[in-house]
Amino acid sequence: MSFIRPQRSVLPGFGLSLGFTLFYLSLIVLLPLSAAFLKTAGMTWPAFVEAVASPRVLASYRLSFGASFLAALVNMFFGLIVAWVLVRYPFPGRRLVDALVDLPFALPTAVAGIALTALYSAHGWVGQFLEPLGIKAAFSPLGVFIALTFIGLPFVVRTLQPVLAELEPEMEEVAVSLGAGRWQTFGRVILPEILPALLTGFALAFARALGEYGSVVFISGNMPMRTEITPLLIITKLEQYDYRGATAIAVVLLVVSFLLLLLINLLQKWSRRFQFA
Amino acid sequence: MSIEAHDIRKTFGRFTALAGVSLHVPRGKLVALLGPSGSGKTTLLRIIAGLEYPDAGSGRILFHGEDVTDVPPGERKVGFVFQHYALFRHLTVFENIAFGLRVKSRRERPDEEAIAQRVHELLKLVQLDGLERRYPNQLSGGQRQRVALARALAVDPKVLLLDEPFGALDAKVRKELRRWLRRFHDEIHLTTIFVTHDQEEALEIADEVVIMNQARVEQVGTPQEVYDRPASPFVYQFLGNVNVLADPALATGGRPPGLTANGHIYVRPHDIEVGRHVTGAPGIPAIIRYIHTAGAQARLSLEQVQSREPIEAEISRAVLEDLNLQANDLVLLRLRQSRSFDEDYHI
Amino acid sequence: MEPAVSVRLTPMAAIVATSLADVRRPAAPPRATQEAAWVRWLLTAFALLFVGGFLVLPLAVVFTEALRHGLGAYFAAFADPDALAAIRLTLLTAAIAVPCNLVFGVAAAWAIARFDFWGKSVLTTLIDLPFAVSPVISGLIYVLIFGLQGWLGPWLQEHNLQVIFAVPGIVLATIFVTFPFVARELIPLMQAQGSDEEYAALTLGASGWQTFWRVTLPNIKWGLFYGVILCNARAMGEFGAVSVVSGHIRGETNTMPLHVEILYNEYNFVAAFAVASLLALLALVTLGLKTFIEWKHHQALAAIP
Repeated sequence: MSFIRPQRSVLPGFGLSLGFTLFYLSLIVLLPLSAAFLKTAGMTWPAFVEAVASPRVLASYRLSFGASFLAALVNMFFGLIVAWVLVRYPFPGRRLVDALVDLPFALPTAVAGIALTALYSAHGWVGQFLEPLGIKAAFSPLGVFIALTFIGLPFVVRTLQPVLAELEPEMEEVAVSLGAGRWQTFGRVILPEILPALLTGFALAFARALGEYGSVVFISGNMPMRTEITPLLIITKLEQYDYRGATAIAVVLLVVSFLLLLLINLLQKWSRRFQFA
Repeated sequence: MSIEAHDIRKTFGRFTALAGVSLHVPRGKLVALLGPSGSGKTTLLRIIAGLEYPDAGSGRILFHGEDVTDVPPGERKVGFVFQHYALFRHLTVFENIAFGLRVKSRRERPDEEAIAQRVHELLKLVQLDGLERRYPNQLSGGQRQRVALARALAVDPKVLLLDEPFGALDAKVRKELRRWLRRFHDEIHLTTIFVTHDQEEALEIADEVVIMNQARVEQVGTPQEVYDRPASPFVYQFLGNVNVLADPALATGGRPPGLTANGHIYVRPHDIEVGRHVTGAPGIPAIIRYIHTAGAQARLSLEQVQSREPIEAEISRAVLEDLNLQANDLVLLRLRQSRSFDEDYHI
Repeated sequence: MEPAVSVRLTPMAAIVATSLADVRRPAAPPRATQEAAWVRWLLTAFALLFVGGFLVLPLAVVFTEALRHGLGAYFAAFADPDALAAIRLTLLTAAIAVPCNLVFGVAAAWAIARFDFWGKSVLTTLIDLPFAVSPVISGLIYVLIFGLQGWLGPWLQEHNLQVIFAVPGIVLATIFVTFPFVARELIPLMQAQGSDEEYAALTLGASGWQTFWRVTLPNIKWGLFYGVILCNARAMGEFGAVSVVSGHIRGETNTMPLHVEILYNEYNFVAAFAVASLLALLALVTLGLKTFIEWKHHQALAAIP
């Protein structure tokens, strides 16, 4: 491969297409993103630390990261079951259920937000059953967790489905012929194969949950130090014209997101480690 | 139109596809570019077509004396048939064939009637009339192949280039189609180059065979020439079965003149005469291990007595019966025809 | 000569095409390698419960709450001029953002899928960046550039132009968050389809543009449509990013999701859910179209010849 320009390609349009692509990408994505980093770069170190590590901000990290992590974990578990059932057990209406899995992906976050709040608030369809048990779903960290689980579900299921579908039945047959029980087959043969996809799904769900705003702000109650997620904190600071503070926190989130993106890429490379050429 | 390639070089990154290849295809001939995968034959074909450019500063391509190296493929008047046909999957057979006519500039574009006429002409030529409304995924492999051919011919090319035209077809269809191609060529007399890795195919229908290996041309000649007088061990073994005898002394009772200490004898199984063993008679003593009789000839797998090396011989079933040969018989082998090479060829 | 593609997030089409190809021929493994029946029943029930409880319930709630006071109140929500303005703005935003990203997606796919060049995998990863960025941050970065205190703030003010707290800002932020959708549908599709047909067209005398219009475009049209559907759904439904840049000026800079928020915060629940129900319907239509394309044209999406 040569540097930028291929060796005199026969197909036309390279310059035009690549040029436009780079131009548009820079304008819409790279330049604006760099604005955040540049602004933060202008801060002194103490100011930066103050902005990203004050108690309220730390509390929001705890909530955002903690709830996102738990939600992704739960999604990993339930997502595996859903994916397994969808791939392996034919049942009437499977296609419908399969299509519905994408709902959190297609549904506008604000709609999801108010719907979940309605469901889990004290008089909601689900909330009314939890209230007597002393469980406060809406306007608590639990509500945040529920919302983040909702929006993360498709990521795990959709990442797992193709991997499960491509598993060769012969492998399981071999295991059985060698005397392995079903659980053993699952644990020793199937799980290692799907582990990278599981982890990728987890990382994707986690990354999405971290930055999620619309689905969460309604059900969370937004109490500082308790149910305030980091994205909301950014908006609050913006409304107070504390651009520096808001940007600093945004940079922290961006760095984490990019690291997650990198992790996901590495996971996918790892998942290919045993493939034949 | 004749085709010439002069000293073509092509690298892809670190991989050398062509290391200075020259070629001359006379007008109206059917030429085969024959070689194993990676030999560079498809790359050469694509460069002739204009689908790749040779490395900067390397050779030229000439069509009938005219330098076309920098001419884009659309203007070279070549008809190219791809290995997997590359039919436009969203167009009918008719529209596929008509494509080249439809994209012509306004001045040159024929009217609807002329296009229809030409398409039907071509469909008849490739014996596919009646199929014009079908889509490519409704056709068999052989049919798709012929549509690809008709499509290439629609724009009146001066040269026809075929990239492994029968590679994706069943053995039987392959045989039928290649004979069809030969008859077709005899009718239209278009300068044609086809790429193949199947030596049987090349030897059966080509006027001339260009044997390529590892980015170079090993030999050029008529099928007869390259088979009977292979220029190198590679050509020898590529074009048919071969036995390699490490000890040439066995073959002729004395070292052939000019053969170095490392020289080997190459002999084809059907050039080996088999006779009952008679002590003192000239020849290579060998023991028959297996006799395979399912086929037109009988194939004997033997083990040479002195060197313990295996050797294969092919004799007619009649001779096998006459001599009443059995497994474990001791026989004498004589080489009717053989070649000696200094280098050895390793697969 | 297939180039090494960057490791990237698998697009929906590839994922779902595989899963649906399986739906067509149920991959029930043979008896020896299957769980006991009771396990299967349990897992299926569990999965259905989870999907039903978690996914269907919220959907049901939207419509129930919207119709709580009957059809009259439901339709009254849309007679409100602010609601109509919000609908108009949402449509306008999508009408600009989607074509822009469509053109970009096609250009990027052509460059990446048809040529070899240094930095290709980096480029592909960069295109995925907006997916990794929180919506709130997506809006923030545009405020940093176009806001009053931003890089271009003074210049804009001089020329009496407003981007932030105005429609252009909303459009820009929406373009950002929907940036990758079409590209990441088309890139693997065009890579899988290979360029033989395009080369064939060239040998037949077609120019670059003719090749593109007559050969490439028809082959990618379903992938294109698929990407556009997803892009549109996200464009119309975007909340966080638009919330940051919009200024929430009723009747002027509110999209439908923002309008839902306003109504909800005013405790005008029926109206809020009514508008939300429109968005939910959009989501359902999107899902329906998506499923339909995958079902009918999964061959086209997976580039099966």
